[in-house]
Amino acid sequence: MSTRTPETVTEHTFYLNLGPQHPSTHGVLRLFVKLDGEYVMEVDPIIGYGHRGHEKMAESHFYEQFLPNTPRMDYLSGMLFNHAYVAAVEKMTGIKPPPRAEYIRVVCAELNRVASHLMWLGAYLMDLGGVTPFFYAFDDRENILDILDRVSGSRLTYNYCRFGGVARDVDDTFIGATRDFIKRLRGRWKDYNNLVTKNVIFIHRTRDVGVIDKDIALRFGCTGPVLRAAGVPYDVRRVEPYSVYSELDFEIPTGVNGDALDRYMIRLREMEQSLRIIEQALDRLPGGPIRTPTPNKVRPPKGDYYFAAESARGALGYYIVSDGSEYPYRLKVRVPSYGNLQTLTEVLPGTLVADTICILGSIDIVVPEIDR
Amino acid sequence: MSLEDLKKELEEIVEPSSVHTRDYDRNGCLLEIRAERSRLLSIAQAARDAGFFLEFITAVDFTEGPIAVYQFNECNAVSRIQVKVQLARGESLPSIGRVYDAALWYEREVFDLFGIRFDNHPDLRRLLLPEDADFHPLLKEYGKVHAFRSAREIYVDQDA
Repeated sequence: MSTRTPETVTEHTFYLNLGPQHPSTHGVLRLFVKLDGEYVMEVDPIIGYGHRGHEKMAESHFYEQFLPNTPRMDYLSGMLFNHAYVAAVEKMTGIKPPPRAEYIRVVCAELNRVASHLMWLGAYLMDLGGVTPFFYAFDDRENILDILDRVSGSRLTYNYCRFGGVARDVDDTFIGATRDFIKRLRGRWKDYNNLVTKNVIFIHRTRDVGVIDKDIALRFGCTGPVLRAAGVPYDVRRVEPYSVYSELDFEIPTGVNGDALDRYMIRLREMEQSLRIIEQALDRLPGGPIRTPTPNKVRPPKGDYYFAAESARGALGYYIVSDGSEYPYRLKVRVPSYGNLQTLTEVLPGTLVADTICILGSIDIVVPEIDR
Repeated sequence: MSLEDLKKELEEIVEPSSVHTRDYDRNGCLLEIRAERSRLLSIAQAARDAGFFLEFITAVDFTEGPIAVYQFNECNAVSRIQVKVQLARGESLPSIGRVYDAALWYEREVFDLFGIRFDNHPDLRRLLLPEDADFHPLLKEYGKVHAFRSAREIYVDQDA
């Protein structure tokens, strides 16, 4: 009998808008999802709601004037973006920051990485329906914000690095507070493991969900915890060490399956590695000046330069074209979440709507970083 | 595959004289290829076969027309290569979206911000700006910029 509706035009197919104001879309991301019942058939991530034109702004500002823009791209790891930009311009101009400044930068950058991962941990578990870990994670993160606030003057958008050094020196209170924090967070691993890692509901919601394997990761240019969860030990801090990372001892955690559970484990283990880096950097913190005198306006020589660094979300890069003047001719930021988010178009089809939130959360995107 | 092997392969695709070795300390990349737009797809395919991933695609606007910049990198060692394609104003590029999925969004972004069209792109819409925008903001004619220069002025010491 030919009275049945052809399969291509089923009554169950419909479109759903996730976002841009949905709380689980972390910033302003809109997912236009084609559904068949509870199953996702197609997804079109729509971005650009947070586009501020940072790259255009750079072209009419001095190199120094662009400094406050950098932490505002990825507001969760602002110190890392700030550090990378300063390091890029220093490489171009040949400015050498004193060793003390390099160590202070690494300490602050790693603290910021821990803060970013803690924020992710709390927010992700809340997406999955567990409210309690959110308070634990934010309680710990608050300590970092206080420590960094003391030294940089801001709680989120840290504009702390300067060409040739850092803005302010650290004191014994800062070092003491950081050491106390390391001790405190290490005491917390047991709580996190009991609350989350051993939680059966959490394991069943994340295991084998949203598998991003090595092939997908390389085709989409994924980096950071997403790539490492797939088993590729790629970390810019190790492959092309910048600042003083080559002198510090740390491991690069990798996963096996590349599912959401692996990505969770990677970030948890990365926080411990960051604590190790901070400890070593504090032990070796040299004395001396915190800033090399630099001219008021830096003028990098003509040509182009690419500088890579590891942000909390993956490989971050600044591609700067200089025309020899005090303004960048072109400044392009390669942001890690860009490729990570794009994998959704391949990973989401075939999964359940409830898993959409789980997968989206697990790749840890900051949309204003993608929009720039 | 290492960078040396890829270099040999690339020298068969493009003229060996357009493959330049770069100083990592000065440029942050190791190899630069000045390519014709018709060679782009073969270059991307060679990079993909060698296990490289696409780091980004962007463009820089010059008086003689924009230069498109493609950057590839590998996970095991520093092996960053840049491919630069000089375009005339209004000229389009072949899409490498079927080699690298990551290119689909980067090409949309370059189209959005520079107005460069990509042939055979399955879905060339604006990415960051609203769909009804009628300008391409990163062109030097748009908005406030400091200078609008010729490519020869900036890459003066690099053509050797």
